[in-house]
Amino acid sequence: MLEHIELFFKSIFIDNMVFATFLGMCSYLAVSKKVTTAVGLGAAVIFVLAVTVPLNWLLDQYLLRDGALAWLGPEYADYNLSFLSFILFIATIATMVQLVEIVVEKFSPALYNSLGIFLPLIAVNCAILGGSLFMQAREIPSLGLAFNYGLSSGIGWFLAIFAIAAIREKIRYSNVPPPLRGLGITFIITGLMAIGFMSFGGMLTGGDEAPVVPEPTTVQKTEKEELKLDKEQEETAVSFNSITKEKE
Amino acid sequence: MALLSKKDANLILDPLADNNPITIQVLGICSALAITAELKASIVMALSVIFVLGLGNVVISLMRNIIPSKIRIIVQLVVVAALVIVVDQVLKAFAYQLSKTLAVFVGLIITNCIIMGRFEAFALGNGVKRSFLDGIGNAAGYGIILIIVGFFRELLGSGTLLGFAVLGDPIAKTGLYSFGYENNGFMLLSPMALIVVGLLIWVQRSRNNALIEEN
Repeated sequence: MLEHIELFFKSIFIDNMVFATFLGMCSYLAVSKKVTTAVGLGAAVIFVLAVTVPLNWLLDQYLLRDGALAWLGPEYADYNLSFLSFILFIATIATMVQLVEIVVEKFSPALYNSLGIFLPLIAVNCAILGGSLFMQAREIPSLGLAFNYGLSSGIGWFLAIFAIAAIREKIRYSNVPPPLRGLGITFIITGLMAIGFMSFGGMLTGGDEAPVVPEPTTVQKTEKEELKLDKEQEETAVSFNSITKEKE
Repeated sequence: MALLSKKDANLILDPLADNNPITIQVLGICSALAITAELKASIVMALSVIFVLGLGNVVISLMRNIIPSKIRIIVQLVVVAALVIVVDQVLKAFAYQLSKTLAVFVGLIITNCIIMGRFEAFALGNGVKRSFLDGIGNAAGYGIILIIVGFFRELLGSGTLLGFAVLGDPIAKTGLYSFGYENNGFMLLSPMALIVVGLLIWVQRSRNNALIEEN
């Protein structure tokens, strides 16, 4: 239970899809002019993520990963089909999106009209495929956790687009320098929001334990920092040794 | 250029500046931001996208008359996914360390909006040669922004370019560091990518006022 809660909050705040990994930026920037459309798209993303991540988890577990075909019999245990994961994941996603499109058109024509071209484009929203690929890369251990991961990542994305849409509605009345209007200021505001979200980093670990899983962009830096730390520790150890020797 | 008519040449040159996929068309932002902490990764990413978009545009353009319009998105996704698998396997074979750095972002080329955007907007309605040029042009426009952002982030963030220490050694305090210069580690973190792109847009639109948006 604890791991569920931890994953939930981690995916929403710390590993937020928009602010930490920049997934789904295209639709995030294009559909965030009005709060109502932003909410619609956000809800669609939550739904599609919550369905596709567990589905792709099953595919990964029983079809793609190294030795996943062992359930067919021992002679299949050597196969590793993981190079096919891109194509299978995207096929699942495209199918699910088509399904969501049909459902939304049937039950909420108003929403369907306002989302317009962006509903089919959820299929190419990086957040959706990114969710599945991160699920695979982080080796999420169970189906329940995979569902949790999809749902909470979706909620994180929803929060982000909701917040930026509200800000953009307000900023229309501000005096932004003309060349920055529209896209430019949105980028900079998102950057500032991302800096704000970085402060959630210490939320779950309490600051004492190992740092949060480093993102691809920051891996290098943390490695360098660790190296530096190691060196410093060695140096202090050396100086400590020399002091003790002097005492002797 | 004798090889290309002026109209064809514009297909390549336009996306490099005034119709840039990232700063004007707002396509393909995700990967542009996530992997630009290093110049090398940016260059590899740019080359991969040029390969995928150039070839993908050709394939889609060849098939444009036989794809039923209802399932075209799935067909397009399959074409891109196949090309991206090739890129991914090549990277894993010849540049394993780099493919670890790029991690899932190679896979995310599939959902890079530039690719789908150009398929939809251009390759489905134009001949093979023009589609190829359009693909190369747009991918190069994307690559240029990636390389500019990667250049500034690596230079200011870790004081290196392509891994070479161009500003001196921060630990031994040589070069620029002997004057008390410090690396700005903040440039390596993800939010700064957004702000750098925002500033790029600012520069570009100040130079060309026709690009300014309504508020």
